[in-house]
Amino acid sequence: MQEKVKNGAGAEFKWVGTRAVRPDGVDKVTGRARFGADLAMQGQLVGRVLRSPHPHARIRSIDVSAAAKLPGVKAIVTRDDFKDQPSEFIPAGEMMINYRDVVRSVMAREKALYEGHPVAAVAATSVGIAKEALKLIKVDYQVLPHVIDVVEAMQSGAPLLHEDMITAGVEPAPKAPSNVAKRIEFGHGDIAAGFAQADVVVERSFTTKPVHQGYIEPHACVASVSEDGQAELWVTTQGHWIVRAHCARLLGWDVGKIRVTASEIGGGFGGKTVVYLEPIALALSKKARRPVKMVMTREEVFRASGPTSGAHVRIRIGVRKDGRIVAAEGELKYQAGAFAGSPVQPGAMCAFAPYDIENVKVVGYDVVTNRPKVAAYRAPGGPISEFAVESVVDEIAKKIGLDPIELRLKNAARQGTKAAYGPKFGPVGLVETLEAAKAHAHWRTPLGKNQGRGVASGFWFNIGGETSVSLQLNEDGTLSLTAGTPDIGGSRAALCMMAAEELGVELDKVRVVIGDTGQLGYNFLTGGSRATFSSGMATVEAAREVIKEACKRAAKLWELPEDAVEYKDGGVRPAGPNAGKHSPMTLRDIAGIAGKTGGPIAGYARINAHGAAPSFATHVADVEVDPETGKVAVVRYTAIQDAGRAIHPSYVEGQYQGGVAQGIGWALNEEYIYGDDGKLQNPGFLDYRVPVASDLPMIDTVIVEVPNPRHPYGVRGVGETPIVPPMAAIANALADATGVRFTDLPMSPPKVLKALDEARTRGAAKI
Amino acid sequence: MAKHHIEATVNGDPVEFLCETEDTLLDVLRDQLGLTGTKEGCATGDCGACSVTVDGRLVCSCLMLGVEARGKSIGTIEGVARGEELHPLQRKFLDHAALQCGVCTPGFLVAAKALLERSPDPTETEVRYWLAGNLCRCTGYDKIVRAVLDAAAEMRGA
Repeated sequence: MQEKVKNGAGAEFKWVGTRAVRPDGVDKVTGRARFGADLAMQGQLVGRVLRSPHPHARIRSIDVSAAAKLPGVKAIVTRDDFKDQPSEFIPAGEMMINYRDVVRSVMAREKALYEGHPVAAVAATSVGIAKEALKLIKVDYQVLPHVIDVVEAMQSGAPLLHEDMITAGVEPAPKAPSNVAKRIEFGHGDIAAGFAQADVVVERSFTTKPVHQGYIEPHACVASVSEDGQAELWVTTQGHWIVRAHCARLLGWDVGKIRVTASEIGGGFGGKTVVYLEPIALALSKKARRPVKMVMTREEVFRASGPTSGAHVRIRIGVRKDGRIVAAEGELKYQAGAFAGSPVQPGAMCAFAPYDIENVKVVGYDVVTNRPKVAAYRAPGGPISEFAVESVVDEIAKKIGLDPIELRLKNAARQGTKAAYGPKFGPVGLVETLEAAKAHAHWRTPLGKNQGRGVASGFWFNIGGETSVSLQLNEDGTLSLTAGTPDIGGSRAALCMMAAEELGVELDKVRVVIGDTGQLGYNFLTGGSRATFSSGMATVEAAREVIKEACKRAAKLWELPEDAVEYKDGGVRPAGPNAGKHSPMTLRDIAGIAGKTGGPIAGYARINAHGAAPSFATHVADVEVDPETGKVAVVRYTAIQDAGRAIHPSYVEGQYQGGVAQGIGWALNEEYIYGDDGKLQNPGFLDYRVPVASDLPMIDTVIVEVPNPRHPYGVRGVGETPIVPPMAAIANALADATGVRFTDLPMSPPKVLKALDEARTRGAAKI
Repeated sequence: MAKHHIEATVNGDPVEFLCETEDTLLDVLRDQLGLTGTKEGCATGDCGACSVTVDGRLVCSCLMLGVEARGKSIGTIEGVARGEELHPLQRKFLDHAALQCGVCTPGFLVAAKALLERSPDPTETEVRYWLAGNLCRCTGYDKIVRAVLDAAAEMRGA
């Protein structure tokens, strides 16, 4: 199926915009593709982690002597095997890293800070022996009081996770330590004056629960360290250069001695951007002098990796009767888990991003609790704050009697709008998504009994960053493309398409692989919706280098100046006054003369990709509520989003649909459930229920294309924005169906039923 | 205790292997027989990534012991294509872009093949409920369901 689509700029391409079969597809439908746990090295040992059973405990001592004596145990590591790191914040892409916390997250030092926190690890000749050895390790814990809830953790007198944590961003600095790592503030204008102009003000508080990325492939790696310190690591990750950097730092090894190969990755969604097992596996392998394979169980994935923050959010918006928003204010409290670093900053920055508001202020708090340290999850921070804002915007529209799309259009961010977080937007497609929603048949489809309709918009920044790509012209004219951003959702297909488009060659002449850390310069990870944008930009640059070199070689052969040769339709020909003097040569012909005209031909792009552009979306959801059980079913859904330009429309649609499905899970089902003992009660897919096929309808998509002028093909990142609108779209639909506003996620049947019963008592329920 | 010696059939070929009592069929397939196309996503029968057929019946291989495979005929993702020719389901998954990361894909294909062998003309609802035991976190299932329905139509000659 290779259906061509028209692109926004009106340009016609041969490959860009088609629905070609992905290059890694056959391997993935035949079981041949090798994921993290699919590699076995000769002589490998099994690595297993001992985890704290307590949510908060001082570790007085660890005695491994009995375990070490067990036959078949080849190495044991504890906190003593990792050097302590100083506390300093180091930029790492869109985040800051503090290695003092990273080393404690990988292996507990003074204290265990959550149930599941690693305390020791063993490498043994079999799983059975490894498990037996873990039982023989004696850890002397002094159990401490714990705190799980974000609001409780902020109260004075709450158990302190870090006795030296002084809240940053507060002047003067507090004297006493607390669980509040940081306070941040964004905004502009005069809030008080803004609200004074408002005819209607709505203020609401919201809570969201931590939810897990839920990738189907657990964390896995195989490490092999030789006697001279050369290390190989095979790992499922979103960024193998990042893994290399973290491991080198934590182990005190040279970066160049560690070669990291990214396996196929079975989902990440931000959760595979940090290290858990990798430094442990390397340390065990070095001690045992044998390869060590480590794979997390699903229970370990839930207890000790991810998730994203749970939060408490208060939003206040003031609007004039004519529908103009005059002031907006937000207060965000995000729990970070055991170490500082929740996504409250991006959450605060994008809270009001879809709107042009003169007076806006957002305050955020980053709060530690006795839970696993949060990891990035698809548009980290955004879905939480925007759920709250989009719910209040819906309520405002109802109060002043304006259609919710019209209200958004009246206030929508456009080119030139100053965002609440500072910069002015370039060309953005929010208005186009709102117009597309209004024009969509979904918007006019009649609703059935107990059904309601909701709309919500969403925003994500998107990033570029350091990127390296190599493109070799092979001796037969085929091309080998090597990229460094692990492909999670089809980016290799998009890269091949851009290379073939630039070079004017058939798509099947370009073969792409994800290179290891020894094969390319530094690559930042696949995250921030940057892979197709950044590696695409680098691929185009590398292709243009190949073209330039091809022209140079032909010029040499034809004894013409270089600028007298042009590249067209996959080959070179004399141009201008020399046109027709020599027969055109194809890229294959050029490859044939490469040796005698100067040697192999290749392009190698090493860039810091600038010009990433945000992507806006508008979603429309229809829900049906069972009035007897409180169960909410999503019966119709349309996701509309600006892609800049869709290189491969099917995989762009796939991002929209996948983000919606995760958002529906977040809205209706998913949550981390803790007991009073501070232990997670649902660490498995049976009780942490992600949406299954029978829970969902078909998810309709509309790709809006407002090209990004700073990318050669107009690409914007598309992967993250789709998870932002669903929670509010569904809450707004539920309010439409029932007359009841839901502010606590997930909107699970018991909660919905309780709220309906209460509303019925007051006579306020529509059903 | 000595390991168990088991003889079985996998994808039509006779196999024999040694396993511990507690080894699951999934462990045996992946670690003893080198058939790593079958994935472990949960080991509790909740995600379907380890779907295989046993004497034609769809099962989670993480919930069955290796010793229970004695004398049985096992079908895995590695046996779905016929030589160089992909099964219609495999082709339709590619055509519809019904996979993103691809780790759940082998389980979906094995499960969908088992469905179409029983029910060659399933409704969308039937497909969704049959595949409800297979988790996909990337696609939202839309393109998977379409691929299965399209493959069914092609296989019926419709």
